[in-house]
Amino acid sequence: MEANKIIPDPAQVREELIQKYPAKVAKKRSKSIVINDPETIPEVQANVRTVPGIITQRGCCYAGCKGVVLGPTRDIVNIVHGPIGCSFYAWLTRRNQTKPETLMDANYIPYCFSTDMQEENIVFGGEKKLKIAIQEAYDLFHPKSIAIFSTCPVGLIGDDVHAAAREMKEKFGDCNVFGFSCEGYRGVSQSAGHHIANNGVFKHMVGRDNTPSEGKFKLNLLGEYNIGGDAFEIERIFEKVGITLVASFSGNSTVGAIENSHTADLNVILCHRSINYMGDMMETKYGIPWMKINFVGADSTAKSLRKIGEYFGDEELKARIEAVIAEEAPKVKAVINEIMPRTKGKTAMLFVGGSRAHHYQDLFAELGMTTVAAGYEFAHRDDYEGRDVLPGIKVDADSKNIEELKIVADPELYNPRKTESELEALKEKGLEINGYEGMMKQMTKKSLVVDDLSHYESEKLIEIYKPDIFCAGIKEKYVVQKMGIPLKQLHSYDYGGPYTGFEGAINFYKDIDRMVNNPVWKLIKAPWETAGNGKGAGLAASYVTQ
Amino acid sequence: MLLRHTSKEVKVREGLTINPAKTCQPIGAMYAALGIHGCLPHSHGSQGCCSYHRSTLTRHYKEPVMAATSSFTEGASVFGGQANLLAAIDTIFAVYEPDIIAVHSTCLSETIGDDLQQMTKKAKDDGKIPEGKYVIYASTPSFIGSHVTGYANMVTGMATQFAESTGVKKSQFNIIAGWMEPSDMREIKRLAKVMGINIVLFPDTSDVLDAPQTGKHVFYPKGGTTVDELKSSGDSIASLALGSVSAEPAAIALEKKCKVPFETLDIPIGLSATDRFIMAISKVARVSVPEEVTTDRGRLVDVMCDMEQYLHGKRVALFGDPDQLLPLTEFLLDLNMKPVHIVSGTPGQRFEKQMRQLLDERSPATNFKSGLQADMFLLHQWMKNEPVDLLIGNTYGKYMARDEDIPFIRFGFPILDRIGHSYFPNIGYGGSLRLLEKILNAIMDRQDRDALEEKFELVM
Repeated sequence: MEANKIIPDPAQVREELIQKYPAKVAKKRSKSIVINDPETIPEVQANVRTVPGIITQRGCCYAGCKGVVLGPTRDIVNIVHGPIGCSFYAWLTRRNQTKPETLMDANYIPYCFSTDMQEENIVFGGEKKLKIAIQEAYDLFHPKSIAIFSTCPVGLIGDDVHAAAREMKEKFGDCNVFGFSCEGYRGVSQSAGHHIANNGVFKHMVGRDNTPSEGKFKLNLLGEYNIGGDAFEIERIFEKVGITLVASFSGNSTVGAIENSHTADLNVILCHRSINYMGDMMETKYGIPWMKINFVGADSTAKSLRKIGEYFGDEELKARIEAVIAEEAPKVKAVINEIMPRTKGKTAMLFVGGSRAHHYQDLFAELGMTTVAAGYEFAHRDDYEGRDVLPGIKVDADSKNIEELKIVADPELYNPRKTESELEALKEKGLEINGYEGMMKQMTKKSLVVDDLSHYESEKLIEIYKPDIFCAGIKEKYVVQKMGIPLKQLHSYDYGGPYTGFEGAINFYKDIDRMVNNPVWKLIKAPWETAGNGKGAGLAASYVTQ
Repeated sequence: MLLRHTSKEVKVREGLTINPAKTCQPIGAMYAALGIHGCLPHSHGSQGCCSYHRSTLTRHYKEPVMAATSSFTEGASVFGGQANLLAAIDTIFAVYEPDIIAVHSTCLSETIGDDLQQMTKKAKDDGKIPEGKYVIYASTPSFIGSHVTGYANMVTGMATQFAESTGVKKSQFNIIAGWMEPSDMREIKRLAKVMGINIVLFPDTSDVLDAPQTGKHVFYPKGGTTVDELKSSGDSIASLALGSVSAEPAAIALEKKCKVPFETLDIPIGLSATDRFIMAISKVARVSVPEEVTTDRGRLVDVMCDMEQYLHGKRVALFGDPDQLLPLTEFLLDLNMKPVHIVSGTPGQRFEKQMRQLLDERSPATNFKSGLQADMFLLHQWMKNEPVDLLIGNTYGKYMARDEDIPFIRFGFPILDRIGHSYFPNIGYGGSLRLLEKILNAIMDRQDRDALEEKFELVM
C-alpha cells in the first residue's frame, strides 16, 4: 500500500498548466481551471468554445444527439443525412447494449443508415435523396419510427429535414418520421446535441401513447444509456424492490416505452447533463417531478433507492428496499474488504463526460482512493456548481442558437404527482426534487477542477501529480498509458462493465484493483536500462561437479 | 440474430446506404499525415470530425493518435473558417511545437468554400509559420470518394508541397505507400534493404503507430518520413506507387512537378503481386534478386502446394478497399479458392475496370460491386443467396459472420477488436504466408469444429 501522496499546491499547478499558452489562450483557459472549495464553490467557466488548435476531448453536436441520446433505442431506424463518415463513426462504437424481448422484435442498433451524400447532393440539394432513403428504409424494414439526423453540410445547403420528415410521415400513416437539426457545428460540444435530442424526443415521441402503465411505483430512468449493460443491473434491482420502469431514456429502450413515459409518476435522472431538459419539460407538461439519483457506487445506489422509497412514501416499498440493500451489501462489502488494502490511499483523476466525472468519484471513494483532480468534457456550470447557479448563467451566442422549447401544462394530461405541500415535506426530509447540487460540493478542498481539459494540460497534470489512475476516453487512453499510468475509459469502460448498482460496483472495484496493481507497470524498463548496459563483468568460469 | 432485418431479397436502392464498406476522406488524410515525422494532422472543420477520426484510428492501433481541430462553431460556418485556422496555427506552434502541420478539410469547410491554399498562404504571409516549419494541406471533401481518396489526397499534398528537384538525381527510388499498415511499411523498407536499393518511403507510419512502451509519451515518435526525405523525393530516379487509388495520384503529381517517372503496382499482397513488386524493383534499379528473397518466395509456394487440398474451391466473400481487394482477390485465385462476392464502397472507374478484368479472366461468376450502395448490407444479402465458406473484411464483418456462422478473417480498416495488423505484415512473401496461415487456420478450425466424431482428424 502506498502512503498518502503529498498533493501539490493547486495554485502553482494552475500556473504551470497555462504557462506555455499564448497570452489570450492562457487568459481564457485560466477561467476553466479552478481550485475547489466545497464551502464557497468558485465559478468555473464551462460550456464555452474550445480554442481552435487546442487538442480537445470534445466531439460535436451530432455525436451528442444521435450518438448519445437517440442511439440506444433499438427499434428506431436512425438515418444520418450527410456524407458517409458521420454515420460510420457512430456505428456501434458506444456500446449501448440492448436486449429485445424475442428474436422477432426489432433491433436496428447493429445497423448503420446513411444517405451518403455526394457532391451533386451538396450542389443541388439532398432532400430528394433523403426522401428516397426514407422510403427505402420504410419498404425494407417497416419500422415504427424513422429519425433523421442532419450533419454539417445539411444545415449549410438548406435541406429541410423536418419538412421531408413530415411529408413522409403523412405518406406512410403508420410510421413516425421526425428530424433533428443537429449539425456538428452547433453549440460548442456534444452538449448542444443532447439538448436538441431532448427537444425532438419530447416533441415527437413522449405522450403519443396514453395507455395507463401498470404498476404501483412507476418511474422513468433518465440519462442512462446501458453502456456495458448498466441498465440491465438497474433493471434487476428495480424488479427486486418492486419498482416499475416505464421507460428508459434511453438505454435498452423501445419507441413504445418512450411514447408511454408520461404515465410514470417520477423521473429519476442519472446523467444530469444529457437529459435534464427532459426532466424539466415533463414536469411542466405532465406534472412529473424529477430527482437526481446516482446508481454508480454501491453506497450511492443504496442512497438512491432510499430516496425513491421516500418519494413514493410507501412503507412496504421502503421495507423491500432495505431488504434488498441488506441482501446485496454483504457481497459488496466482502469484495471491498479484500481489495481495499491494495487501493487505499491511491489517487485518481477523472476527466470525462458531463456527469461521469462526478459519479465515479463515489466508486473511488468506496475504494479508499482520493480524486485529486476532475472535470467534464462538455458540461455546464450547473453540473459543477449546482443548479442554484442556473439563473446567473450568461447565455452566449453559441448557446442562444439552441432552441429552448416553450412548454406549458397539458390541458388534459397535466397531473401533478405531488402537491406543493407534499413536495415541501419531501424537501424537509432532505429529498432534493428537481435539483442537483453538482460535482464540486462533493470534492475536497484544494482539489483541482478543470473544464474541457486539453491534451497539453492532461500531460502536465500527470507529470505533476503522478496519479495512480486516470479516467478519460479512448483518445486519451494510450497517451496516458505510454506514460506508465493506467487509464480507465469511462465512456466505453474498456469493454467491461456494468458498473452500476451492486454488481457493477463489484466489477469496478475488481477492474481498478487489477489496473493499478498490474505487474506490467513495473516491467516497462528493460533490465539492461537499469543495470548499466554493456558494463557487465563477463562470465566467470564455472565447473560442474557431480 | 444481430442483423435480423437483413432479408434475402435484393432490392435496388438509390438513396439509402446500409452498413457502409467505406468511410469519409478526412480520416485517410489524418492517417497519411501521421506518416510524416514531426507532423501534427489538423482537421479543418467542427470538433466531431477530429474526435471521430482520432477515436477510430486509436481503436484500430491502440496507440496515441494526436491531431488538432479548427473547432468550427456556427459563426465560423457562416463567416468562413479562416480566423479559426489562423488561430489554430498560432496555438499549435506555440503549444504542441510540431515541425509540420498537415491541414485537411472536411465536408463542412468544403461546403462553405474555404480555400486551404489561400489560407495557408495567408498564414505564411502573416508570419504565423515559424522559420523552418511547414504547413501543408489537402482538400478532402467527405462527399467525394472515400477514406482512401482522402489518404491519396494527403499523400499527393506531400509530393506537391515538399518535393523539390535540384537538377541532380540522387541514387534513390521513391516508394509511395498505398494505404497499408505500419507493419507493411516496415516490411517494404526491409525488402528494399534486402534488394539493395535506397528508398524514400512515404508516408511511413512505422515507429509512429506501433511505438514501444517506454514509460514516456513521445508526442512525435521517431518514425515517419522526414521533411528532408520528402524534399529529396523530387531527385529520385523513379517512383513505385503501390496502389492505383491510394498511391498513384502522388506519383503522377511528382512526375508533373519534378519529372520523376513512375510505375504503378498493386500493394504486394499475395504471391503474384509480390512477384511483380520484386520484379519491378529488379528492373527499375537494375539489381538482381538476392537468394534470400527467392527462398522466402519458395517457402510461400511450398505451403501453397502442401495445403492446397484445404483451399481448393473454398468460397470467399470479401469487402474492403480497392488497393487491398485487387491483390487479395488475385491471391485467393492463386490459392485455387473462389472469391464469390466482392464489395467496396470506394467508387472509381479504374478500380472497377481492373477488378472486372481480373474476374473476367479468372472468375467470371463473381458478384462484384463498388461505389454507391456497394455496402455490407448488399454483401450480406448476396451471402444469404449464395453462401460462402469464409468472410474476409474489417471488424464490422463479425456481425455477418456470427449470424451466418462462417469463419471470418479480419483484414483491412478498421480492425477494432483484435491486434496484430500493426505488428505483423500482410505484404511480401512472408506477410502473404501469414495471411495464408490465417486462412488455413480459419478453414481447418471450422473443419475440426464441424467434423463428426468418427471423422475427426489428428493429422491434417
